Amino acid sequence: MFPLGILPYITGGVLIGIGVSHIYITTGLHATQSSFFSTTLSYFSKRPHFQQKEYLDSRGWRTTFAVGVILGAFIYAITLSAEGFFTTSVQWWRLALGGFLVGFGTRLSRGCTSGHGISGLGSLSTTSLYAVITFLVVGILTAMIVQGLGVIP
Amino acid sequence: MRIKHFFVFTGGLLFGFGLAFGGMAKQEIVLSFLQLKDLGLLLLLGASAFVTALTINLVPRVLKGPLLGGEFKRRKRTLSKRTIIGAIIFGIGWGISGQCPGSAWASLGVGNIPVLIGIASMFVGAYIMGRFFS
Repeated sequence: MFPLGILPYITGGVLIGIGVSHIYITTGLHATQSSFFSTTLSYFSKRPHFQQKEYLDSRGWRTTFAVGVILGAFIYAITLSAEGFFTTSVQWWRLALGGFLVGFGTRLSRGCTSGHGISGLGSLSTTSLYAVITFLVVGILTAMIVQGLGVIP
Repeated sequence: MRIKHFFVFTGGLLFGFGLAFGGMAKQEIVLSFLQLKDLGLLLLLGASAFVTALTINLVPRVLKGPLLGGEFKRRKRTLSKRTIIGAIIFGIGWGISGQCPGSAWASLGVGNIPVLIGIASMFVGAYIMGRFFS
């Protein structure tokens, strides 16, 4: 069940929780991820959906947050990471097709693994609980089917 | 204003470091979880949600408001068909590629250049959703 051990996973999860907590305690903001796509699109699209107040108000700090996430992972890669930098062997068409569905689906659902998963479950939201169960079950079924079709990894 | 960004940024550093430390930056590890070969990411989700739950539910009992001012607000989401249909579509994309929004940024941070294809596609997907389905 845990071929790589359980410590990296629990430590990583606790660090993520501390990051979210740190932002909540100081600013009161819920540091979630997928809204960033919509708030950033508000700089480029005049459509009412992207110009809603919630997006305009949060697009500044969400950009700061995304930069922090990228740099935090970079710091891991140059310090504690055993193998340094990483390049995936997942095919480009899977990154493209999967990415499109991730962008569309998380914005339709208004949350992702972070928004529904961490902040939503952390807020004891039943809406988020249903969303998490749904994307976990569908994600597992999809990955099994893709693997069953002989697509590796 | 600037101080708020400082705290958001440092929280982001912890978030990104934790994602990379916990394996989320590697699509191969996410896929091995979704293929049920390594259930470790369930522990990562549980641990991060647990720490966040403690903070969101206990800190407002001790502090009147956030340290930089304002008030503590709950994250409001109401259940609708869109919540579930969106989660289904997200789950399919997750299972195909092993990518999700936060982990994609962390993946970029560990030097995974191909994930830029995924990030660009996420922007396209988010745009199509907002343009035609909002």
